[in-house]
Amino acid sequence: MAGLSNSLKDNPRLDRWLKFCDDRTVRVGTGKVELGQGVLTALAQIAAEELDLRIDQISMMSGNTAEGPGEGYTASSWSIEHSGGAIRLVAAEVRELALKQAALRLNASPDELSVVEGVFLRNGTPTDFDYWAVAGDLDLAAEATGTVLPKSSNTYRLVGTSVPRLDLPAKLTGSGFIHDMVLPDMLHARTLRQPGRGATLAALDEAFVRRKAGADISIIRIDNFVAFVGADETAVRAAAVAAADCAVWSDARILHPEQATAKWVAAQPSHDRLIGAPVEEPAGAHGASLTFTRPFLSHGSIAPSCALAVYRDGALTVWSHAQGMHPLRDNIAKTLGLPPENVTCHHVQGGGCYGHNGADDAALDAALLARALPNQPIRLMWRREEEFGYEPLSSAMTVTVHAALDAGGRPRDWTTEIWSAAHGQRPGVGGAYLLAADAMKEQPPERKPFDIPLERGGGADRNGIPLYDIDAKRISYHLIHDVPVRTSSLRGLGATLNVFAIEALMDELAAREGEDPVSYRLSTLSDPRARRTLEKAAAMAGWSLRDAGGAGRGLGIGLARYKNSSAYAAVVAAVEVDEAVRVTDIWCAVDAGLVINPDGIVSQVEGNIVQAISWTLIEEVGFDPQGISTLDWQSYPVIRFSDIPEIHVELIEADQHEALGVGECAGGPTAAAIGNAVAHALGIRICDMPMTRERIMAAALNA
Amino acid sequence: MSQPFTLTVNGRDHSLDIPATTPLLDVLRNHLGLKGSRYGCGLEQCGACMVLIDGNAEYSCSREVGTLAGRCVTTVEGLGSPEALHPLQRAFLEEQAGQCGYCLSGILVSAKALLDRNPNPTRADVIAALDANLCRCGSHPRILRAVLKAAATLRQEVA
Repeated sequence: MAGLSNSLKDNPRLDRWLKFCDDRTVRVGTGKVELGQGVLTALAQIAAEELDLRIDQISMMSGNTAEGPGEGYTASSWSIEHSGGAIRLVAAEVRELALKQAALRLNASPDELSVVEGVFLRNGTPTDFDYWAVAGDLDLAAEATGTVLPKSSNTYRLVGTSVPRLDLPAKLTGSGFIHDMVLPDMLHARTLRQPGRGATLAALDEAFVRRKAGADISIIRIDNFVAFVGADETAVRAAAVAAADCAVWSDARILHPEQATAKWVAAQPSHDRLIGAPVEEPAGAHGASLTFTRPFLSHGSIAPSCALAVYRDGALTVWSHAQGMHPLRDNIAKTLGLPPENVTCHHVQGGGCYGHNGADDAALDAALLARALPNQPIRLMWRREEEFGYEPLSSAMTVTVHAALDAGGRPRDWTTEIWSAAHGQRPGVGGAYLLAADAMKEQPPERKPFDIPLERGGGADRNGIPLYDIDAKRISYHLIHDVPVRTSSLRGLGATLNVFAIEALMDELAAREGEDPVSYRLSTLSDPRARRTLEKAAAMAGWSLRDAGGAGRGLGIGLARYKNSSAYAAVVAAVEVDEAVRVTDIWCAVDAGLVINPDGIVSQVEGNIVQAISWTLIEEVGFDPQGISTLDWQSYPVIRFSDIPEIHVELIEADQHEALGVGECAGGPTAAAIGNAVAHALGIRICDMPMTRERIMAAALNA
Repeated sequence: MSQPFTLTVNGRDHSLDIPATTPLLDVLRNHLGLKGSRYGCGLEQCGACMVLIDGNAEYSCSREVGTLAGRCVTTVEGLGSPEALHPLQRAFLEEQAGQCGYCLSGILVSAKALLDRNPNPTRADVIAALDANLCRCGSHPRILRAVLKAAATLRQEVA
């Protein structure tokens, strides 16, 4: 019997996870939240499976600090492994408790009983007892023991099937989002953002702002946090626009365009650490190295961040679409100086976030206003410019991969050297805090140099260790602390560039040996699951027919196991390069172990592929003296329908293995496959993302 | 400043006494309680706010409501309801075309405008019709499949 997961150790009471409701459903609690990735549907499947219920007999309660379990942030593709694992054990245990209780009441042996749709059967015949009839006699306040063995995967009837997403019907008919919530007497709010931690508001022409608002608004000022509140959303939005135009700040942050480059970031002082094999002096000069970069990236949620809050009798209630309600509660309580037990946070679905965007910060904004205006429900929303201008960015990075080779041209010593700002600065992590805390008179201490350690999946160094059979592998990580913008997690974190770099060097090494990139990889790859994934993608793409390239059309491959511990993904990209790069086809094979919801996985992988094409070819944040300069969809374009290739995803049958997180597995391999396909098409390697028309032209001229 | 006027939304007339400069999106969401049309950028760049105006897919985030007297506005709520889905909504469900779903109202509206004027679109036609709509989750392949499927269903219903 496996030990209890952290999710269960942190939340041992059964009733944090399961509750039998009067309407003859079972409420399943989870600390993980729906971000559009389908997690609530998958978790409901796991619960329904273990409890022998129909899926419609489950209701999910997600991200609720009052009643549900706390499981940190919904991040790093941990949800199925952590929350799914906990729910599976709890459901198995509660089913056993209920079954024993029913046996007692029926004067039967538990062995005679089974459960179908919540009804107890005795030797196959329905009895008058079901879960709800015995629920009152169960002590669900007890702690989980984790001693009841869950079902064996070969008996699954619901897990492994494509149950349709529970949240999609509402979202297709005009509802389902936090943005749609209305509380009685609710007021709308928008903020005037402080341009940097040290900035102070020197002057604000309030008469001008009120005139532009055109309707009655209140101007709330808490130290250097300023907001506009009123019953008319149109007016408060107009006020915020006017205020941004006329506010005078002293000591505002000034950014410079070159600070947005990976080159500038890599040149800053760093905190250095070496992870993995000790450095040995590689013998001889037989080696290779290449350097790759990517710019700062935005999460680019289509939905600007939104939060609601109300403060009554010393208790604060917050509704938010952030990725973790328990951490949010603690961070808001800390900033406001409230006891955490006086703060309740509820998750309500928002737009896709793809990591740590403005959602948490908007929740603090709403909370600050709610406390300033007791008994008054506040709905606060960020403007588009605010989302682009103030959410945490994904750091620009530089990665140099060095390989020392053996006599057969295979790497025997590998270093992935990384220069990056931190990718893990969620509030409460490494001294990081919510944005508006900077605007308070008593500012929190400066953040510490911190990134997620590799044993927890890594930050910038995520996937910095190649999967290949190499005697000595190491990461040399230069963590840059002093970048002038907040940085944090974007789907994939450092894995995107690390996989891009590792897989590019593998292609170059294969070319040196005059070998096919797939055969070369297989010659130094003993992990059978990685081999199978690579071979599958190659077969899907008809790799054996790949030509010599160089004529403007290319086929490239990329492989990784996300975090070196989650799902395996191999991607083949076909590109056409005629000044600009056009991806025409993507073939992707995934080994996610036990599959909970096949269509859900395919959907997540498709989305990850599309996003990675966009990062690889298009996206780039810019700075100017006023701050981040890419504040709309014209200055920060993303992929559109006209650039979407044919995408083919297949899952590898691997149900005998545990379920692995899958939502971020295809990003790095997709970027790598495109990079390698472009090199194949042109005979020139482009080492800098995004691979724009300008970069392609410049590379062609320099070749 | 304001002068009462009538706005027709989803076939119903609404008498409004608000400034004529109010963006249509705010009127729909806050005055009429139709929350399906979404605020994404306020800049006519992302398409999340799209509605039909006399059958054409148009942005509502910056459109002054005063320009719409006598025009017919249709929102995603006017397409169908959870109990009576429009064939487009049904096809999106069948294809599980959507992840976070925030872009879907605008995309459904753009697709409706396309199918109303071209019942037999090619994939390229659908791409052209949806190119003004951003989707950040990468549901594009499924959305394209769903729109073509709905077109086929609608053609059968007519036949």
